[in-house]
Parts: sequence; structure tokens; C-alpha cells
Amino acid sequence: MELLSYILEQAINGLQIGAVYALIALGYTMVYGVLRLINFAHGDIFMFGSFTAYFLISKWHLPIYLVFPITVFATALLGYAVEKIAYKPLRSAPRISLLITAVGVSLFLEYFLSLKGLFGPDYIAFPRPFDVRVFDLKLFSVTNIQLIIFSVTAVSLLLLYLLVYKTRQGRAMRAVSHDPEVAALMGINIDGIISFTFIVGTGLAGIGGILYAFAYPQINVFMGIMPGIKSFIAAVLGGIGLIHGAVVGGIIIGVLEVFVSAFLSSTFRDGVIFIVLLLVLLLRPNGLFGRRIEKL
Amino acid sequence: MLIKVCGLRAAYGAVEVLHGIDIEADRGEVLSIIGANGAGKTTLLKTIAGVVRATSGEIIYEEKKITNERSDRIVRTGIALVPEGRRVFPDLTVRDNLRLGAYTLRNRRLKKDLLDLVLETFPKLRERLWQHAGTLSGGEQQMLAVGRAIMANPRLLLLDEPSMGLSPLMTQEIFSLVRKINSEKAISMILVEQNAHMALEFSHRTYVLENGAIVMSGESSKVKSDPAVLAAYFGG
Ligand SMILES: Nc1ncnc2c1ncn2[C@@H]1O[C@H](COP(=O)(O)OP(=O)(O)O)[C@@H](O)[C@H]1O
Ligand SMILES: [Mg+2]
Repeated sequence: MELLSYILEQAINGLQIGAVYALIALGYTMVYGVLRLINFAHGDIFMFGSFTAYFLISKWHLPIYLVFPITVFATALLGYAVEKIAYKPLRSAPRISLLITAVGVSLFLEYFLSLKGLFGPDYIAFPRPFDVRVFDLKLFSVTNIQLIIFSVTAVSLLLLYLLVYKTRQGRAMRAVSHDPEVAALMGINIDGIISFTFIVGTGLAGIGGILYAFAYPQINVFMGIMPGIKSFIAAVLGGIGLIHGAVVGGIIIGVLEVFVSAFLSSTFRDGVIFIVLLLVLLLRPNGLFGRRIEKL
Repeated sequence: MLIKVCGLRAAYGAVEVLHGIDIEADRGEVLSIIGANGAGKTTLLKTIAGVVRATSGEIIYEEKKITNERSDRIVRTGIALVPEGRRVFPDLTVRDNLRLGAYTLRNRRLKKDLLDLVLETFPKLRERLWQHAGTLSGGEQQMLAVGRAIMANPRLLLLDEPSMGLSPLMTQEIFSLVRKINSEKAISMILVEQNAHMALEFSHRTYVLENGAIVMSGESSKVKSDPAVLAAYFGG
């Protein structure tokens, strides 16, 4: 009984972080789908989301229902700008130039924003706009933070599903990720879809940034690096380019990480995730749900 | 004149593949372009459709210059390409493939009429509307590729080797259905084929393409009986 409720509790903790990884992983996977690019700056856009929420809450005292849309707008705008300024001019350049640029954008965002007067280099306490409450459900307990994370993630995933699978724009996104040349022959403006995909993906990262800061209320300009890498691994685990793969991958990575901390040692937490990456690349390079081999 | 191609040149990198092509098609006309593998047939259609850049020359469609327009704009002018190897979207349903074909259209009524036309022409697609396109047979995929292009409501249809990989029977069937669309809907067509026999049967006029240059053209019935063509394409 003791053990069972401990396991359940850890599973819930895993789902909590896994949901955030899923939200970030979606951006990696969708951008990869339409541009065949790993957007290394994606974790930094997630960080930008946490900071935007921080400013909106602590400096502007905005209510939570405004924090979400404004933060999403801010990260989506940053994602759109990064694509326009850094990636679009390289559309016909060799893929390696694009990858190097992505690393450059990531470093730029981190070190530029760490300047004094901007986000600064230090850890900042993130003020939750609500008090933490714990609900005891006999076998296990959940916090209101977890309930917020689960419900916001669920609504985001539902909206994303409707967008991708039920709208004309979503069909166009899927067509571009399958075969951009033929998609263009259908009359789809490829650059428009790429911009749109960046907006959606980085908007989701913004939501992830808010939720992450609710759960771990210490923010820092380099905070996007580890969740960014883990979410990228989650996207690869699920099969890069696949939306459901990113969601399942994110949850697996989150639960795995929490279980390793709980039952082995938190020292191994990050190491195990990298071992997962190695195993996936060795045994199933297309990920759990991937079929085709796609070259980077 | 529906389309006029003048002195069209195209290259992949430094290698020129089309060395100054001149062709033209009237409204309602079916043109075929025959030539061996590697002659440049696909490149010619791709250049018209805006997928490959022309290095020089002009493409005039309905009195407007469309040379090197982006391919998503060219579809909007009324030219649809059925690409070589079909290239349907395998993970999308047949229905979604067809809806993507009509991506540029806003008029619901028109889209519905086009869908009806496609499903009446290719009844096999109606049975498979909710299936992933990747699960279709080669012939059905070819029908879908043609149907998808028809959904764009084109006035000019470019067909790149629709017979590729299909049985003679299936090829016959597809050609006669496509021919029906041409005569009933007055959609002009440029058909590119290695299967010279089918192409000559199917078209009003034929151009013979060799190594990136047009070496002969004329009424398909005349081209069919030309000794050089007979020797090159019918082994006699
Ligand atoms: N993407 C490409 N890159 C480089 N060369 C190409 C490419 N596509 C075709 N070619 C070359 O261009 C020539 C014409 O090809 P293509 O237009 O496909 O001929 P066809 O359709 O008549 O078989 C061939 O020599 C082929 O090797
Ligand atoms: Mg060809």
C-alpha cells in the first residue's frame, strides 16, 4: 500500500514534467516536419516564455488568464522573428549552415538576454499567482499545480489536434512535411506554412514555459537548455516529425526521469535520458512510431 | 493560344538539360511529348509548373508571362501538374489528398462539383475516400493523382508518365477516363510519355523530344506513321 501510493505519486510527478516536455517536444517535431531543421533555439524560447510570464505576474500583476495568451503571443512572435531573420535567408543553403545558425541563435538568445538590465544571469524566484494546495485522494495526492498543468496541456493538445487534423491550414502543414515540392504544386505557400509552424510550435513552448515555472519556481536565462535537450530526445524517441510521437515521448521521458530519481538516485537522472537517446539512435533511429528513415 | 513555350532552357547546376524548347497548345487540345528516358520530359513539365527554374526563354500562358513564377502561384493561374511517380500523400486519406488538390479554391459549390466530377470519373476512389492513400494500388494512386490535380479546377493539365508501372489494362482505363475529362470539360492537356504508342493514340498533336531538344512535331496520326518514329519507338 505504502509502496503503491509512492509509485502513483511519482508517476503523477513524472506526468507533470512529462507534460511540459511534450509541449516543448511538439515544437521540435513540427518544425523538423516542415523544415527538416532541429531548432536548437527552441529551449531558449521556452525560457523566454517563463520570463515573460514572470514579468507579467510580478511587474504588471496581470491575472493568470491574461498571462497565458500574452506569453503565447510573445514566444510565438519571437519564434516567428527567429525564423524570418535567421533561418529564412538560408532556405537554399546547405543543411549544415542551418544547423550551425540554429546553435548560434540559441547562444545569442542565452547570452544576450543574460545581460544586466535584460533577464540577467542570476536565478530569480518566480511568484506563483496562486497558493499551492494539495488534494489528498486516499491512494495518492495531487497539487493544484499538477491539475493546472494537466488541464492546460490537455486543452493545448486538443486544440493542436483540431488544428492539424481538422483544418485546411493543418492539412497544408501535413502536406508540406510529407513532400514540400508537391505541396507547393497544390498551391500551398511553403514559406507561409513554415512561419505558421514556428508560431504554433513556439507558442506551445511558451505554455510549457509558464507551466514549468509554476512547478519549479526558480527561473534563469539558461534554464531552457536541459528541458530543451530532454524534449528534443523525447521527440526523437517518439519519432521526429510525428506529433503523437512527441507527446508520448515527452511523457515517457518525464516519467522515466522521475522514477530514476525516486528509485535509483537523482544523480543518474539526466544520464539515463542520454542513454535513452543512444539506445534509440542505435536500435530504433526512427523512434517508437517512425516508419521511414529521414536523413537530417 | 493557351500556352506558348519559347526557347526554353533549363539546367541542373551547370548541366543544361533543356536546350531551347518551343511548344504551343491551343485551348482544348491534347498534346503529347514523347522521348526516351532522360530526354528531359519531366524537366520540361516541372519548368512549366515552376518547380525547376528556366535559365532562359519564356512561358506564356493565357497571354501572361509565367516564366519562373513560384509553383504555388502557377496553380492559381490554372495549370495543374500530375507528377511523375504519382506522389500522392501516403499518410493522408484519399479525401484529404483531394481536398489538398482544391487548396487554392474558396468556392464551396465549385469544390463540391469538382469532387463529384472526380468521383464520377474514378468511382474506385469513392470506395476508398477514408483510406490512407498509401494503401491504394498503383492504378488507384494514379487515379488519385489525376483527381487531385483536377480538384484545382485547371484549364491546363500536365501529366507526367501516367502509365509508369501500370499494367496495359490499367493504363488503357486511365487514359480513356482522362480523355473523357478532356472532351467533357475542355481541359487542355500536355502528356509526357515513354509509352509512345499510348501517347500517340491519346493526343491530337505530338512533339518528339531527344536530348533536351524537339526533333519533330505534328499531328499525332502523322507522327505515328513517320519512319524515323517507327524505327525509334516501335522497333520497326
Ligand atoms: N534533380 C536532378 N538533378 C540533376 N540532374 C537531373 C535531375 N533530374 C533530372 N536530371 C537529369 O536531367 C536529364 C533529364 O531528366 P528528366 O527530365 O527526368 O528526363 P525524362 O523525364 O525525359 O526521363 C537527365 O539526364 C537526368 O539525369
Ligand atoms: Mg521523367
